[in-house]
Amino acid sequence: MPEAQQPAAVEAAVQPVLRLSGVTKRFGALTANNAISLDLQGGEILALLGENGAGKTTLMSILFGHYVADDGEIAAFGAPLPAGSPKAAIAAGIGMVHQHFTLGENLSVLDNIVLGTEPLWALGQNSGNAKQKVNELAGRFGLDIDPQRLIRDLSVGERQRVEILKALYRGARILILDEPTAVLTPQEVESFFATLKAMVADGLSIIFISHKLNEVMAIADRVAVLRQGSLVADFPIAEASRESLAEAMVGRAVELPERETQSAGDTVLNLQDVSLRDSAGKTLLDNVSLTLKAGEVLGIAGVSGNGQGPLADLLSGLAAPDAGALQVLGDRVTKVSPAAMLNRGIGRVPEDRHATGVIGDFSVEENLVLEVYGDSRFCRFGFLKGAALRRNAETLIEDFDIRGADPQTTTRSLSGGNMQKVILARVLTEKPRVILANQPTRGLDVGAAATVQRLLFAACAEGAGVILISEDLEELLQMSDRVAVLYQGRLSDSMAVEEADLRTLGLMMAGHGPGEVGDAP
Amino acid sequence: MDILEIFVSLGFWAALVRMATPLIFGTLGELICERAGVLNLGIEGIMTMGAMVAWMWVYQGGDLWTAVLVAAVFGALFGLLHSGFSVYLGVSQHVTGIGITLLASALSYFAFRMLLPDVTTPPKIDPFKPYPIPGLSELPFLGEVLFTQSPLTYLAFFLVPVVGYGLYRTPLGLALRMVGENPMAVEAQGIDVHRLRTAAVMLGSAFMAVGGAFLTISVFDAFYIGMINGRGWICVALVIFASWRPGKALLGALLFAAFEALQIRVQQSASAFIPYQFFLMMPYVLSILAMIVMSRRAAYPKALLVPFRKGER
Amino acid sequence: MRLEPRSHVPLWLNFAAPLSAIALAFLLCALLIAWAGAPVLAAYGALLNGAFGSVFALSETLTRAAPLIFTGLAAAVAFRAKLWNIGGEGQLYAGALAATYVGTGLVELPPFLMIPFLFLVGALAGGLLLLLPVILKLKLRVDEVVTTLLLNFVVLLFANYLLFGPWKDPLAMGWPQAAPIIDEGVLSPLIARTRLHSGLIWAVFFAVCAWAFIRYSKWGFEIRAVGNNPTAAGFAGIPLGATVLRTALLSGGLAGMAGVCELAGLKGYLTLDLSPGFGYTGIAVAMLAGLHPLGVIASAIFIAAIYNGADAMSRAMSISNYLADVMTATALLLVLASVLFVRYQPRLR
Repeated sequence: MPEAQQPAAVEAAVQPVLRLSGVTKRFGALTANNAISLDLQGGEILALLGENGAGKTTLMSILFGHYVADDGEIAAFGAPLPAGSPKAAIAAGIGMVHQHFTLGENLSVLDNIVLGTEPLWALGQNSGNAKQKVNELAGRFGLDIDPQRLIRDLSVGERQRVEILKALYRGARILILDEPTAVLTPQEVESFFATLKAMVADGLSIIFISHKLNEVMAIADRVAVLRQGSLVADFPIAEASRESLAEAMVGRAVELPERETQSAGDTVLNLQDVSLRDSAGKTLLDNVSLTLKAGEVLGIAGVSGNGQGPLADLLSGLAAPDAGALQVLGDRVTKVSPAAMLNRGIGRVPEDRHATGVIGDFSVEENLVLEVYGDSRFCRFGFLKGAALRRNAETLIEDFDIRGADPQTTTRSLSGGNMQKVILARVLTEKPRVILANQPTRGLDVGAAATVQRLLFAACAEGAGVILISEDLEELLQMSDRVAVLYQGRLSDSMAVEEADLRTLGLMMAGHGPGEVGDAP
Repeated sequence: MDILEIFVSLGFWAALVRMATPLIFGTLGELICERAGVLNLGIEGIMTMGAMVAWMWVYQGGDLWTAVLVAAVFGALFGLLHSGFSVYLGVSQHVTGIGITLLASALSYFAFRMLLPDVTTPPKIDPFKPYPIPGLSELPFLGEVLFTQSPLTYLAFFLVPVVGYGLYRTPLGLALRMVGENPMAVEAQGIDVHRLRTAAVMLGSAFMAVGGAFLTISVFDAFYIGMINGRGWICVALVIFASWRPGKALLGALLFAAFEALQIRVQQSASAFIPYQFFLMMPYVLSILAMIVMSRRAAYPKALLVPFRKGER
Repeated sequence: MRLEPRSHVPLWLNFAAPLSAIALAFLLCALLIAWAGAPVLAAYGALLNGAFGSVFALSETLTRAAPLIFTGLAAAVAFRAKLWNIGGEGQLYAGALAATYVGTGLVELPPFLMIPFLFLVGALAGGLLLLLPVILKLKLRVDEVVTTLLLNFVVLLFANYLLFGPWKDPLAMGWPQAAPIIDEGVLSPLIARTRLHSGLIWAVFFAVCAWAFIRYSKWGFEIRAVGNNPTAAGFAGIPLGATVLRTALLSGGLAGMAGVCELAGLKGYLTLDLSPGFGYTGIAVAMLAGLHPLGVIASAIFIAAIYNGADAMSRAMSISNYLADVMTATALLLVLASVLFVRYQPRLR
């Protein structure tokens, strides 16, 4: 195979393997991609950098035929690529690994990989050959996996391997990776980068989508920066610096909110040896203990799927501990429910705004009382007080600067940042003593994220304790007073943020205890 | 007649196999739809339509096998209609299904009345005759139970392994199972999700219609209003009972048919103590019980009931 | 063609979309009339005349609308909470059975108490019948669509047993019917020499109550929240199980009252043809009304008009009155699609 590719590789050095010219895509009034022209050379890793919402994923979706561009052309290996056809993209040698994996949970690895590679109307399958080819590819690029296992039994990292194998199995020569490292520990990232290097050495070209500057600097040959749908920079990595990239990405200097350090107050939340199991008996949280004091931010780090969800469910009142004690303001909580947690003064900012945070078809005024509608302020004789709801909404829209909303606006139509403000307004106006903030800035642009952080700091200053769960280490280190790490349902002891650094946290996220960190390679 | 006598009588076992036939067709059809992620509550109406058109075809002088084909085509057309709403437009599968059932049964009755305006007693046709399979039908017991049946019954039993093989051993079957689990994965491979689901719903609906046709052109010789009588809904329950597997679907259909065949025979001797209405209730009650027993273990296709819109996540 | 969510829905579209869907349903059914060999316009004329053409026709239409308002409300309330209650027919009979049990002499009250009492008993029976599948859904995740459907058959067979057995009225000359409701329980006629009875007033009253309940009450807020986004509702502390149970009692209760309405208003005694599928037609009524309780009044009258008109049409020009079922089903499906176009903007490519 490598021999056969040789002439192509030589030619590719002259001609780009992929050329986008003037690609434009609009969604209603929003221009997601504005006349983007970009080349990918053979055998290079091109990083596509940009904030959330800058248009990276849209651009790649057009490239892979999920969307049809309103304007512009794409050519792969010199031939024009038909628009709107994933099939044509695959045939042209383009493979894509989505941020959200597209795997069938109840099907085997092999099933997932071979899907669509055989003629649909064939009367049988040659699984022997397929298995052999998968094993061969897996060996060549260091992507070991047992083809017979079911996807639902695989870890996130393993699922990503399946996704990459899927693309390689189809003979992809151009690989698009959408935020591939979001689900990996720093150590897993290193071995993943080794795989990428092996693929490039084999003649593949890679587009690597990210918003993490460090990773881009570490792996890319060239970097292109998108901002608000436009291509604002495109240069070799040698000419780039962290500062220049950050400025290109954001377009303006954004001041991250600073918080004045303050002495921590009384304990507001205490978990003592709390364990949680799922219905099948699998341990989700394993003897978790933590203490949160008024006025401090406790950051919870960890690779996704290591117990963040269960911990959030526990504090939200969606799951009751199977063992251990949960104390709020010194009282032990025995009856666990969302309503009970609210009554005890726990404010909850859920991970998924759309799915859990708001009711999309409800008006803003209704969502603003979603947790307190039964209160005598808003309800009398079993009926809601319409005027009170409206006044409440008017006040909160003003106080929290919720833009584009009046009390009657359908919440679904708000932007992500404003929807998050609706949730924060609802939570913070009740003056909670404990705030659970689960990925509060995910998917927000830098400005909106800064606002969210500022609001959380303000609540802290008024005496609330904040539990901040985040997968973004930089955000954690910037916001927290203390940090603890979740790994496989176990929570490490917390450390002051001054003692924590990316390397230590990374190793802990990969399962090394803080004591072993010094000895680890 | 006591229970033991019933169990050793040839007639009971032969009736069991016969009564299982429409349930096998219906359950396989529903299973194919649901495996592709589409709940097809149009089944009750589509079976009615199949029963009507097949009967009408024969009544107008058509041939029996062509009638089966005609029923299948009509079933597929109503499947196409279902999919137009539930797959392409992505509106509620529940309401679409109920709508299709109302429409298909109403159209069947309307057409029946329009084509035969002035009849009071339902006219009759010459239905399929049992076809003893040469050699095998000579076997003691089994010969009469399994191998002296209507050709449509042989077809139903034959389709079980065919559907099983198709789902688990062919690329198309893999794609179909995947589209019920994660349509994004199918689309990412350049396979059209909407077309694939539509094909599955059309095929499944064709099966259902043939199940209905069996009633009018094999087991009975006439069509009358309300003759499907909840058989379609029972098939929907059987799919859950069968955990979406063709082999278990056959087992479920046989179990139900056994019960039905049994109740008819017990009813004759026990009607002195237990009113016959309670025997007639049993299939429905049993369906509910079957769902209760299996629901905890039910591993629904992940994308069942979830519409897929291109470019939306 | 692809669909993009509308950021703003113009008000006229909310009305224009379902109305054009209904117009299209009439157009499609014209094909069937033509197939039957009848002149289309004359046939529709006969239909219109049969539905609204005289005081008598109008009274018949409204008489038929009354139970449809109840079953339409039953479906609308349940579907609002994404509770797929397809068991309206069974709940209707359950209500009628219970009202027959207490209303044929067991309990005797003056009319102003007897009638509300019968409605209450019917509502309880219908509501309790729906509780079973809903508890199975909540506790064991058993799909309620199939169980409610299957229960329809069970209830009907049970009524069949009672009417052929212990409840058979010896004075009915062998017909399978129960003893008549006592005079105190009979809904008074509204217009002399017609069958229209005060059940219609009750139906409209309950529609207004249901609307106020859904729109303004705390429990109505919970029902809408759970129906729109159960995950967010549960997260916000809204009791999911209790809300679904309340919805079930309400929905089943409304369907049960449809049975009382027919029993105490129209027939006077329980028979096996008490309902020609009102429970199923209620689903179409609710969908046509966009699940809006006040809209249910209009759509129930509309569908009742189709059925009555179709009866008249079939008498006049030998078109089977199953055409009414075809029209209802067609309208249901088309309105379902039209609602989608209200929320989404169709775009080519």
